[in-house]
Amino acid sequence: MRISVTVNGQTHVRDVEPRLLLVHFLRDELGLTGTHWGCDTSNCGVCVVQLDGVPVKSCTVLAVMADGHEVTTVEGLEKDGELDPVQQGFVQCHGLQCGFCTPGMLMTARWLLDRNPDPDEGEIREAISGQLCRCTGYENIVRSVRWAAENQEAKA
Amino acid sequence: MQVPASFEFERAESVGHALELLERYGPEARLVAGGHSLIPMMKLRLAQPDALIDINGLAELSHLAVAGDTLVIGALVRHAALLADPDVGRYFPIFHEAERVIADPVVRNRGTVGGSLCQADPSEDLSAAFAAVRADAVIAGPGGSRTVSIRDFHVGPYETVVEPGEILTELRVPIRPGAGSAYVKVERRVGDWPVAAAGAYLRLGPGGVIAEAGLGLTAVGAEHFTAPEAEAYLIGKEPGEAVLREAGRIAAESCEPQADQRGPVDYKRHLAGELTFRALSRAAARADGSQS
Ligand SMILES: Cc1cc2nc3c(=O)[nH]c(=O)nc-3n(C[C@H](O)[C@H](O)[C@H](O)COP(=O)(O)OP(=O)(O)OC[C@H]3O[C@@H](n4cnc5c(N)ncnc54)[C@H](O)[C@@H]3O)c2cc1C
Ligand code: FES
Ligand code: FES
Repeated sequence: MRISVTVNGQTHVRDVEPRLLLVHFLRDELGLTGTHWGCDTSNCGVCVVQLDGVPVKSCTVLAVMADGHEVTTVEGLEKDGELDPVQQGFVQCHGLQCGFCTPGMLMTARWLLDRNPDPDEGEIREAISGQLCRCTGYENIVRSVRWAAENQEAKA
Repeated sequence: MQVPASFEFERAESVGHALELLERYGPEARLVAGGHSLIPMMKLRLAQPDALIDINGLAELSHLAVAGDTLVIGALVRHAALLADPDVGRYFPIFHEAERVIADPVVRNRGTVGGSLCQADPSEDLSAAFAAVRADAVIAGPGGSRTVSIRDFHVGPYETVVEPGEILTELRVPIRPGAGSAYVKVERRVGDWPVAAAGAYLRLGPGGVIAEAGLGLTAVGAEHFTAPEAEAYLIGKEPGEAVLREAGRIAAESCEPQADQRGPVDYKRHLAGELTFRALSRAAARADGSQS
């Protein structure tokens, strides 16, 4: 089936099997391996991307369901060579250890800040509650998102 | 790597078109809404439909509005939208309290109200919430629409009255003055399915006695997700602690919980009684205006 998906602003037309999952479309068809793939059961959230601006678990979305829609992956956060404030926050506050959960955390954090520019700790924890950090670095992840909230205009 | 078996994929342009596609592909076709129950089942090959009919584009199923004295919820309303809606919170705190503990925010961005009810998992939170408020379900089929009480909607685990060629289009919930509602759930960890959960809806009449009582119970083997004997017991009584505790006890008696990794039978039965009591207490406080 022929689909056309706009990923990080660029439109890609591909012939895919309907059973292809969005996470594999992004990683294997488009080579965008920033989106990770973990539990495969919609529990861990490493595969989170934004679909029309809303975070979803891409291991539980078919690529054909994204036909005609816009997807943003972690590769799309950087603008004009500058890291997004949430990315800078993770750098500044040691928000990652192995980095496996990080792309999903970043996509959800960006969405949270777009809707709520000044979230408190509870709101940040709630927003990322569907995402697991295997290194259990939640304290620093929360601090990183707070850093981004306080430095929304930050330039790298 | 979990990969579904092959299937054909069609995108419905309207409810009429979806019905046509269901007819064309026959009983082995399935609708896909949020896909957050169906796709995991297909990945595990527990479901192997020949065709998927995607209804995600159907704005006509995404409405959420108060129409007169009825709250109307389209089948494709996402969990997140139900949770974000201020009218839903004002008239039916039970839905906000249930939604806040269904899965996690990212899953709630995708999963739908209709998909939850049609999945008919014995642990579905919304099944209990809709049972408590006595919603009606509107089902469209080739011969037109029919309306079914939510209490007749679920016929067993993973089984509803929606026929293969039909689509659940909306839920209708009557809004009545003097009513209060609440939902209480115990889960093993944030975002998990319930060990047990209870929803309550109470409307107080003249003299502060209970004029209408609705109970919803999930994950404890309650028939049609409700407890009619406990509801009948409450009618005409003042909602004092002893009365609400007794209703909890009757509700717990009527359940048939099953032991599983979430807990043994006696624990779940205990929860059914205690959570019914707590949900009733909060619903009563909301009905008499002492709590928002
Ligand atoms: C990690 C995780 C945790 C979860 N935790 C909870 C929880 O704590 N509590 C809870 O209640 N739920 C939980 N869920 C389930 C969640 O609520 C799902 O979104 C829901 O069960 C299914 O909704 P859906 O729109 O994704 O349905 P789909 O997966 O798209 O569909 C489910 C079934 O319903 C049918 N269907 C869908 N829409 C219609 C329609 N309009 N008419 C007729 N048939 C239809 C489909 O054909 C399919 O058979 C969880 C899910 C996940 C992935
Ligand atoms: S890989 Fe998608 S949620 Fe874990
Ligand atoms: S940094 Fe290792 S999983 Fe989160």
